[in-house]
Amino acid sequence: MDSLYAFLSQPLVLSVLLGAIPLVFIIVYALVVLYMEMKVAAHIQDRLAYMRTGWHGVLQPFADMLKLLQKEDVVPVQADQFLFRVAPYVVFAGTYAAYAVLPFSSIYVGANLNLGVFFLIAVSSLVVAGILMAGWASNNKWAIFGGLRSAAQMISYEIPTALSIVVATMIAGSLNLQDVTRFQDGGIQNWIVFGGTLPLTQKLLILPFTLITFVILFVASVAEVNRTPFDLPEAESELVQGFNTEYSGMRFAMFYLAEYANLFLVSAVAVSLFLGGWSSPFGSFLSGPVWGIFWFVMKAMVFVFMQIWIRWTLPRLRVDQLLYTSWKVLTPWLFACIVAIGFILVA
Amino acid sequence: MTAQEIIDSLTARFGDAIVESKPDAMQPWIRIAPDRIQEVGRFLHDDLALRMDYLSSLSGMDYNNGQLGVVYHLQSLVHKHRIVLKVSVPKEQAHVPTVSGVWGTANWHEREAFDLFGIVFDGHPDPRRILLPDDWEGHPLRKDYQVQEFYHGMKVPY
Amino acid sequence: MIESLSLPTNYVTKPDAITTSSGKTIRSQEMIVNMGPQHPSTHGVLRLEIVVDGEIIVDCIPHIGYLHRCFEKHTEHMTNYQQVIPYTDRMDYCSAITNEWSYALAVERMLKIEVPERVEYIRVIMAELQRIASHLIAVGTYGIDSGAFTPFLYSFIDREKILDLFEMTCGARLLYNYVWVGGVSHDLPPGFVEKAKEFVTYFRPRITMLNDLLTYNEIFVKRTANVGVLPRDVAVNYACSGPMLRGSGVNWDLRRDDPYSVYHKFEWEPQVGKGEVGTIGDCWDRHIVRMREMEQSLNIIEQALAGLPEGNVQAAVPKRIRPEPGGEYYGRTESPRGELGFYVVSDGSASPYRVKARGPAFVNLSVLPEISRGAMIADLVLIAGSVDIVLGEVDR
Repeated sequence: MDSLYAFLSQPLVLSVLLGAIPLVFIIVYALVVLYMEMKVAAHIQDRLAYMRTGWHGVLQPFADMLKLLQKEDVVPVQADQFLFRVAPYVVFAGTYAAYAVLPFSSIYVGANLNLGVFFLIAVSSLVVAGILMAGWASNNKWAIFGGLRSAAQMISYEIPTALSIVVATMIAGSLNLQDVTRFQDGGIQNWIVFGGTLPLTQKLLILPFTLITFVILFVASVAEVNRTPFDLPEAESELVQGFNTEYSGMRFAMFYLAEYANLFLVSAVAVSLFLGGWSSPFGSFLSGPVWGIFWFVMKAMVFVFMQIWIRWTLPRLRVDQLLYTSWKVLTPWLFACIVAIGFILVA
Repeated sequence: MTAQEIIDSLTARFGDAIVESKPDAMQPWIRIAPDRIQEVGRFLHDDLALRMDYLSSLSGMDYNNGQLGVVYHLQSLVHKHRIVLKVSVPKEQAHVPTVSGVWGTANWHEREAFDLFGIVFDGHPDPRRILLPDDWEGHPLRKDYQVQEFYHGMKVPY
Repeated sequence: MIESLSLPTNYVTKPDAITTSSGKTIRSQEMIVNMGPQHPSTHGVLRLEIVVDGEIIVDCIPHIGYLHRCFEKHTEHMTNYQQVIPYTDRMDYCSAITNEWSYALAVERMLKIEVPERVEYIRVIMAELQRIASHLIAVGTYGIDSGAFTPFLYSFIDREKILDLFEMTCGARLLYNYVWVGGVSHDLPPGFVEKAKEFVTYFRPRITMLNDLLTYNEIFVKRTANVGVLPRDVAVNYACSGPMLRGSGVNWDLRRDDPYSVYHKFEWEPQVGKGEVGTIGDCWDRHIVRMREMEQSLNIIEQALAGLPEGNVQAAVPKRIRPEPGGEYYGRTESPRGELGFYVVSDGSASPYRVKARGPAFVNLSVLPEISRGAMIADLVLIAGSVDIVLGEVDR
C-alpha cells in the first residue's frame, strides 16, 4: 500500500493522473451532450428523437459510439495519407490541451499557469491547423473549401475572443484563470460581467462595457466552435460536410468529440472569465471545492444548451457576412470597450 | 387581338412566309416557312401591337409522313392574346433556325427537341443533347426510332 | 447589423501570375466543381457544373436528365388516354394533383367535355391543398438550404395533415391518380369538408409562425435579399412562371389570366414580389410570394368548401376516348411551380399521338446560369432553392 502511494505521489505519475481527469470528463460529457443535443433539437422541432434504446433512449449515445468504433476507417487513395490520418488527433489535441488551464474547482486545475489565458488562446489555435490539414489532405474540393473557410473564420474570430478575454484580465489583473475566478468569488454581484469586485462607482461605470464584451465573447465563441449560425466549415447544404466529408469511423468521431469538447471549452472560458467560474452565485452558501465543480459545470452547460438552442433556430451566414461581422462589428466594439474600461480603471 | 387579326398582320408583312393558317381552330395556328421563323418570331416579339413576349412552349413533332415539325405556343403577357406557330421540315433535312435569340427560353426547349427528335436548330448557342447521354444513338421520339442494342455494354431493350 | 461586401455582379477573373523568389511562376486559377448529382442541396439528381474563383461563381452549367423516364414516349404507347394520368403523377411528385389536372384539362378541352360543377369545386379544393403542401416543401427545404433545419420539420408537420386529407379521399398520399378525364376518381368522403375546414383554421396561424421563424429572420433576410436577382424582362424572356415570374414583379397567374375551372368565382389575388427587403426579383421575393400564396390558397379553399355544390363527380366520357384525328390542344394550369402545360395531339386512335409536357421546373431552371453568375457558392444553393425545382418534372 505504501509503495503504491509512493508510486502515485511521484510528480510525473501524479501529473499524468491529474491530466487524465479532463479526458474522462470529456468522454462522459460528450455522451451527455450528444444525448442532450438530439433531445433538445427534437423538442425544438416538435418530435421526440430516440425513444427505444433504454429509458427515453438514454443508451443511444453508447450505441452510436459502438457503431462508430466498428466502422471501417476509409482513407481515400489519393489523400495525403499522413496528414489525413493525423488531422483528427491534432484537432482533438488542441482542444484537450486547453483543458489543462481550466479551473474546475478551487483546488483542481490541470496546470496552474500564470499565463493560463495566454496558453489557452495559443494552444486552441491548433484546432485551425488540424481542420486545415483535414481539408487539404482529403483531396476533395468540398473539403478544401471547408478547410479554408474554417481557417479564415477561426483566425478572424480569435481576435474578438482574445480581445474580450483581455477585458476580463484587465479587470481581474491577472492572466491566471484560477486567480481571475478567485477575484470574482463571493456571489453573483462580484462576477466580472457585473463589474467585478471594484468600488461601486467604477463598477456602475464599467457595467455596460462588460455586458457588451460578454455578449461579443459569446458570439465569437459560437463562431470559434463552428456552430450555426457560423457553421460554414461544414455547411451541410453547401459543402456536403465540409472538411470532414471524407472521414469515417473513429476519425470522424474524433472530430465530433473535439467539436463537443470545444463547445464546453469556450463555454467554460466564458464562465471562468465573466461568470465567476466555480464560485457559487450565493456567496458562501453552497460553496466549497466540490460545489465548485458543480457550479462550474452547470454554468458551462447553460451555455452549451444555449448554443444548441441557437443551432436549431437560426439560418447560416454567408462567408463575407461572417467576416464582416467579425472585423467590422465585433472587433471595433471591443476596442471601444477596452479603451473605455481602461480609462475607468485608471481614473 | 383576335387570331384573325394576328394572322392578317403577319400575312401583310410576310405574305409568302405564311404557308397555311387556321384561325378557326380551337387554338388558332399559322404554319410558317421554316427559314423565315426567326424574322417572324422577332417581329411577333417586338411589334408593339402583337408583343408576343412569352414563349409558353416549344414542342418537336414527328408527323410520320417524312416531316418533322416544331410547334411554338406563344403568349403575350401584355395583351393576353395567344397564337400557335408551326413549321415543318423534311426528316432528312431537319434544319430549323433557332429562335433562342428571340426568346431565351427556347434554348433548352430546342435542345430537348434536338435530343428527342433530331431537329437541328441552326445557330443554336449550345447544341448539345439535354436529357439523354451525349453518346446516345438516335432520337427516341421519332416514330421510326429503333432503340440501340447495347449502351456501354449494358443491354438496352429488356 | 450584418452587411454584405459589395461584389460585382458579373465577376470575371484574370488570374494574376506571381513570380516567387525561387523564380517559379505561380498563378491563381479557376476551379471546376461538380455540385451534384449527389449533393444535399440540389433537391434531387441535378448536376451543376460550376466554375468558381475562390467562392465566387464564374459560370454555372446545369446538367439534367439523370431522372429521365421517357414520359413522352410512354404516353404514345398507352391503350387509353386515361392511362397517361398515373404517369403524369410521377412528373412533379410534390404536386401530383395539378399534373393530373393539366393533362385532364387538355384532353377535356380537346374533346369539348363539360365537367360537372361539383367536380370543378373538388378539383379546386384539391389543387389548392396541393399547392399549400408543395409550397410547404419548397419553403421548408429552403430553410435547410439557408442552414435552418427546424422550419423544414415544422412545415412537414403541416404537410402531413394535408396528406391525411388526400389519403382520406383517394387512399394515396403522394401520387393520387385522382383527377380523371371528365371528373375525379372518388367523391369526397363523409367528414372531409369538416376536416378541411379544421385544417384551414389550424393552418392560418402556422403561416405567421413560419414567417416569424424564417422569413423575417435577420440572417435569412440578409442571405436572400438582393441575391439571385431575376429582372422582370429576363424572367419573361426565359418564360419563367409561377412564383419565379411573380417574384420578379410580373402579375401573371393562369388561374386568373387564362381562366379555367371556377377560380373566377372566388375572391383571391395573385401575389407579386415587391422588393420589400431588397431588389424586386431576389430570392426573398420568391420566398415571400410562396408564403403569401399559401394564404391565398386558404382563402380559395374556404370559399370553395362553403359553396361546394351537390352533383355527380364524373361526366359522361366514352370508355375509350377517341378524339378527332388531327385534334390538338395545349392545356395548361397554374401548378405550384408555374405554368404546367400539356400539348396533346391526337391521330384519332385510342392513345395520344404526341404529348409534350411543358414543365415549369424545367423552364425555370434554364434561367439559373443567368442569375447565378457572380454569386457565391452559398448563394447558389439559395438561388437554386428559390427556383424550387422538382427533378422528376425537369427530366420527365
